[in-house]
Amino acid sequence: MLTAEILARIQFAFTVSFHIIFPAFSIGLASFLAVLNVLWLRTRDETYLKLFNHWKKIFAVAFGMGVVSGIVMSYQFGTNWAVFSDRAGPVVGPLMAYEVLTAFFLEAGFLGIMLFGRKRVGDGLHMLATAMVAIGTLISATWILAVNSWMHTPAGFSMGENGQFLPEDWWAIIFNPSFPYRLVHMVLAAYLTTALVVAGTAGYHLLRDRTNPATRRMFSMATGMILVVAPIQIVAGDMHGLNTLEHQPVKVMAMEGHFESHPEGAPLILFGLPDQEAQEMRWSVEIPKLSSLILKHSLDAPLDGLDGVPRDEQPPVAIVFWSFRVMVTLGMLMLGLGLWSLWARFRGRLYDWKALHRAALAMGPAGFVAVLAGWITTEVGRQPWTVYGHLRTADSLSPLDASAVGTSLVAFIVVYFFVFGAGTFYLLRMMSMTPGTERMGLRDGPIRTAGITPGLSEDPRERSD
Amino acid sequence: MLGLELSFIWAGIIAFAVLVYVILDGFDLGVGILFPFAKDERERDVMMNSVAPIWDGNETWLVLGGGGLFAVFPLAYAVVMPALYVPIVAMLLALVFRGVAFEYRWRTVRWKRLWDWSFALGSLVAALMQGIALGAIVQGIEVENRAYAGGWFDWLTPFSVLTGCAVATGYGLLGATWCNMKLEGRVQTHMRQLARPLSFATLAFLGLVSLFTPLQDAVYAERWFRWPTMVWTLAVPVLVALLALRLWRGLARGDDVAPFLCALGFFVLGFVGIGISFYPMMVPPELTIVEAAAPDESLLFTLVGTLVLVPIILTYTAYTYWVFRGKIDADEGYH
Repeated sequence: MLTAEILARIQFAFTVSFHIIFPAFSIGLASFLAVLNVLWLRTRDETYLKLFNHWKKIFAVAFGMGVVSGIVMSYQFGTNWAVFSDRAGPVVGPLMAYEVLTAFFLEAGFLGIMLFGRKRVGDGLHMLATAMVAIGTLISATWILAVNSWMHTPAGFSMGENGQFLPEDWWAIIFNPSFPYRLVHMVLAAYLTTALVVAGTAGYHLLRDRTNPATRRMFSMATGMILVVAPIQIVAGDMHGLNTLEHQPVKVMAMEGHFESHPEGAPLILFGLPDQEAQEMRWSVEIPKLSSLILKHSLDAPLDGLDGVPRDEQPPVAIVFWSFRVMVTLGMLMLGLGLWSLWARFRGRLYDWKALHRAALAMGPAGFVAVLAGWITTEVGRQPWTVYGHLRTADSLSPLDASAVGTSLVAFIVVYFFVFGAGTFYLLRMMSMTPGTERMGLRDGPIRTAGITPGLSEDPRERSD
Repeated sequence: MLGLELSFIWAGIIAFAVLVYVILDGFDLGVGILFPFAKDERERDVMMNSVAPIWDGNETWLVLGGGGLFAVFPLAYAVVMPALYVPIVAMLLALVFRGVAFEYRWRTVRWKRLWDWSFALGSLVAALMQGIALGAIVQGIEVENRAYAGGWFDWLTPFSVLTGCAVATGYGLLGATWCNMKLEGRVQTHMRQLARPLSFATLAFLGLVSLFTPLQDAVYAERWFRWPTMVWTLAVPVLVALLALRLWRGLARGDDVAPFLCALGFFVLGFVGIGISFYPMMVPPELTIVEAAAPDESLLFTLVGTLVLVPIILTYTAYTYWVFRGKIDADEGYH
């Protein structure tokens, strides 16, 4: 039965899932661009400039998609989650206002100079603008993850008579218990996602031409990044999981698929089919006691299961269980790719090992899938709450008819698939061009060849790079 | 006492943010609205390039309007957004179409026309919806128990359609005078010619909206026709007339800057008029500024940062405009 609540949840999940893809990419790419520009200014090696100008154009498209899908998010709290907005607004609203003031304006203000202004302002100020865009993306991540983390592990507030959450201690609100872990995990995920995209792109080009210095440089930088970040991310993810166990044990029960309590040490369920109606795990493949070892660092440590949690306070187990496994599997594959590239580097075969390049290409989108899977794990896993333990999702809703929400949901689905589908196609086409390709391989528009500017033999717009 | 003062300071800041948004994004949307009037692709290229480096920053003020309302007037945010569900969602989707066009149209040959239309219609629909939202708030929103109590098409009235058309036309005027200021040659002349009929239409809509606004609520009528607020009622037509004369003279003489500033002046005057009608309501006719405000802790915490950051933001925004000052070089861009 499609109630207004379910429809509003689907709409939020749909729009936020589309949105997170772009920041996950642009956070990493902005930093990558800043590094490329620093290297260009330091070494004056044209390869870096060529790479900067190439990825800059890709960044612009992805960033634009992130901006427009982000504006939707900033209004959707009010349109679809009015009760949540009214009650939690005094706490999370100011953090989001700070995100706009400290991050969005910074990114937007300096993006124009970064994209269009190198000649107008000179190398120094252009570098400053590039750095500001990169810093802006990180500041933005910091605030929005503070908001999200507070909704998972609320702290520093009291309840007002009118039902509002009243801020008592801003420090405790921002630095709530899950915030540091979530922030580190997400920023690393963004870096890893970008590194995988760059490595995948470079792998694609190396398969065709292993001599181009620009693609070789890309591949080396990206695989080096994966090698460093993937293991750190696994450690950070583990710490984030332990933090979740402390503050949201029910979510971990769903991630682990533990319907039963295990007073003498819980098994690690590798795979299985969760059956929430029957409250049991079917066809499970288990390793005895390993879950207790991972989560409690002791083979015999007791772990509670969902049998102690009322049915109406359980999250949908199957989604959480599976999305968590998707994320972890991809994380391990990323580590594997990093190690493989290290081995190739030692053997001096980084640029001519076709299997490695194919693997990198295949792993190109893995970061996005892992990011989505991770967010699905944490967001579905905290159901049925919007503010954990204090405000239920069912009580957060706007007073809207299901027909209104259903209509807007269909509109969002149609428009997003069309617009962002086209955008993804353009991004892929740009990535398929060798860095330095004039106008990204596009010929002039039909009208301009009709002779408005007969004196220009090459496209003038290319010049300001 | 402190709460009272803080909430009024905040109402002023939010009003300021919305005004800055209208001033900055109005011409930006207007350029999109005028896009179909461009004679060829070359003209569309320079029109778009005249706003390409700044559109993103301009739209950030819209996010600040939404985010700021959420932070300091969460109740108003929670009531207005469901009440305006259809126009807000339509505006957001329109902004998606328009925003992506800035990059997409350079990335394809086959579909360039499609993204041209996406830019034009997206801008037009966004402008219409903003005007409709304004009209819907002016005519009043039904509130019960801290929640919107009306249906999902209550916003649709002849009055809100009128304000929608008024804002879209006014943005068109802003766009035309912006192009007159930033562009050169045939397209500049063309846009200057369009500015004149658009200015007549804008003034006509301004008159109609002013005529019907006092009919929406007895409080407005009292504001408009009672001393001392009546001073404004009397002053506005005079000021509008002076601006209009200067605008037309500027267009006739071929001034670059004056027509744009005069067109902005219309919006500022209209905006102040709305402010005078609303005070002290946040969401007429039920929610006052004080009732809608977040607790003092939220207001104060956000205020400190806002007072420091907004001047900084205005400074570097001004710097960006300075960097991209003067006429648009038709051969510049990065694509």
